[in-house]
Amino acid sequence: MAEVEIKQENLVYAKPELITDNVMHYCPGCSHGTVHKLIAEVIAELGLADKTVGVSPVGCSVFAYNYIDIDWIEAAHGRALAVATAVKRLKPGTMVFTYQGDGDLSAIGTAESIHAAARGENVVAIYINNAIYGMTGGQMAPTTLLGMKTATTPYGRDPRLNGYPYKIAEMMAHLDGATFITRQSVHKPANVRKCKAAIKKAFQRAMDGKGFSLVEVVSTCNSGWKLSPVASNEWLEQNMLPFYPLGDIKVVE
Amino acid sequence: MAEKEVKLMKGNEVIAHAAIRYGCDGYFGYPITPQSEVMETLMELKPWETTGMVVLQAESEISSINMVYGGAATGKRVMTSSSSPGISLMAEGISYLAGAELPCLIINCQRGGPGLGTIQPSQGDYFQAVKGGGHGDYKLIVFAPNSVQEMHDHVAEAFDLAFKYRNPAMILADGAIGQMMEKVVLAPQRPRKTDEELKAECDAWAAMGKPAGRERNVVTSLELQSEKMEIINQRLQAKYKTLEENEVRFEAVECDDADYVIVAFGSSARICSATVEMARAEGLKVGLLRPITLYPFPTQQIAELAARGVKGFLSAELNAGQMVEDVRLAVGGKAPVEHYGRQGGMLFNPDEVLAALKDKLIKK
Repeated sequence: MAEVEIKQENLVYAKPELITDNVMHYCPGCSHGTVHKLIAEVIAELGLADKTVGVSPVGCSVFAYNYIDIDWIEAAHGRALAVATAVKRLKPGTMVFTYQGDGDLSAIGTAESIHAAARGENVVAIYINNAIYGMTGGQMAPTTLLGMKTATTPYGRDPRLNGYPYKIAEMMAHLDGATFITRQSVHKPANVRKCKAAIKKAFQRAMDGKGFSLVEVVSTCNSGWKLSPVASNEWLEQNMLPFYPLGDIKVVE
Repeated sequence: MAEKEVKLMKGNEVIAHAAIRYGCDGYFGYPITPQSEVMETLMELKPWETTGMVVLQAESEISSINMVYGGAATGKRVMTSSSSPGISLMAEGISYLAGAELPCLIINCQRGGPGLGTIQPSQGDYFQAVKGGGHGDYKLIVFAPNSVQEMHDHVAEAFDLAFKYRNPAMILADGAIGQMMEKVVLAPQRPRKTDEELKAECDAWAAMGKPAGRERNVVTSLELQSEKMEIINQRLQAKYKTLEENEVRFEAVECDDADYVIVAFGSSARICSATVEMARAEGLKVGLLRPITLYPFPTQQIAELAARGVKGFLSAELNAGQMVEDVRLAVGGKAPVEHYGRQGGMLFNPDEVLAALKDKLIKK
């Protein structure tokens, strides 16, 4: 086999400068790594590395602070948007974003999330919706689809027993303070590009004082779903996207 | 020298004035009786137009304490206030603040419990304030004001200690101190810290935006490796020991020759100072030991009184007997220690306390 020579002109990809060299604990196939990369790229491209404070949640991405080389605050479960509110109010020139899972943002943190949006805080919430609690071992999330098997719905989510999944993005879209609500995914290259554009737009809007942004990313949890990475992407497309359709839900210019 | 600024004010109102004048950066709160005047006064004073202080009404006490967590994580001087049930809601956040070693000020204007209880004064949250309240091994720096003037003064003292030790501080007041009106001398206005000053002070730990060339700052209470988490706990305990050695504050009234000593804090101590006068008028040698800091507790001072031969101690509290446990530990069996209290929002009168002292200690 011929030796491969990497020449500068052939380089099409490099690790973003703000991604650290720490070994990621995320499972292979998980969407978190991709979304982390997009955030790191956006912060660098907007020249905001020294002005950004990230707020990490409780859940798998609690350790986001190990991977993106900016200042971080690790919040209590669900409280990230309350934490972010204070940072932005006290330091208005700061780019403040939260990175939260579905359990964090739309179960235990519903009140903090809704009210930060209602107040129109100039912050961005990155909302990873993989329909499951990853870190605690695959229990039902508020976003778990009907019929979906999890550790706490072993026979499938039954609305009579477990209630219905809900879409907090659509709920937030009714709030005057929430001005950019979008739902993206990272399961295909084209979606990755669209997701990055949405994150960039949200960050820019926060710095311009245009109000609250939510970027939901319909994501995979192949370990929790007990599927291979490839099968997870297919399952996402066939099952998640019909219930959580992609695209901008609200944009107030 | 400028003339002193003397006002007639409620304890709760003065908290707002003292915070602005201290140069506080942010207040985050949720209304609850009997302390709602704190945020009402702040909103009326509009400090964002003068000092630049942020005042925000949150959707719950859970949110307000987590706003305090976020603000404190940036190195800013931030605070909240509430009353007993609201402080219970904040307990998780307070534990996180202690775990992440974030300085801040929390005011508990106590009311009677348990549960929804009453809106009248109580000291039923002594255990919660002094022994933890939230999960894990942590301590708050706890001040117990007995007057409107001390409500004012403790704001600055508690903030200063919170920053000195990077630890949350609490003012444990009650509905009586919060609602009473009294003369108060206001401190002069101090400027808020500039961003440059904050950077110089807090760049080693605060999340303010990472300049090129410094390591990123991560404010967290999380460490999954037990070996490392134990070291963090040991560091916290060493800090608490330093606090205990250096920051105990108390007032001793007529204790030098006292045969019997009443131990009381806050509004109770105020009532008991009249008990001491009544006792002395009867020829009884009674003194009052008033802890001003409930944590760190004046253990040593009480132990010295016991060693000197005080014949008995009465812990007078507006609860079923909480601080009395710490008094007993300090006395170490050298003299009887009794408790007298009222509950449910009831206060005691000075003569009631004197009668209890006679009944429980002197007549025996």
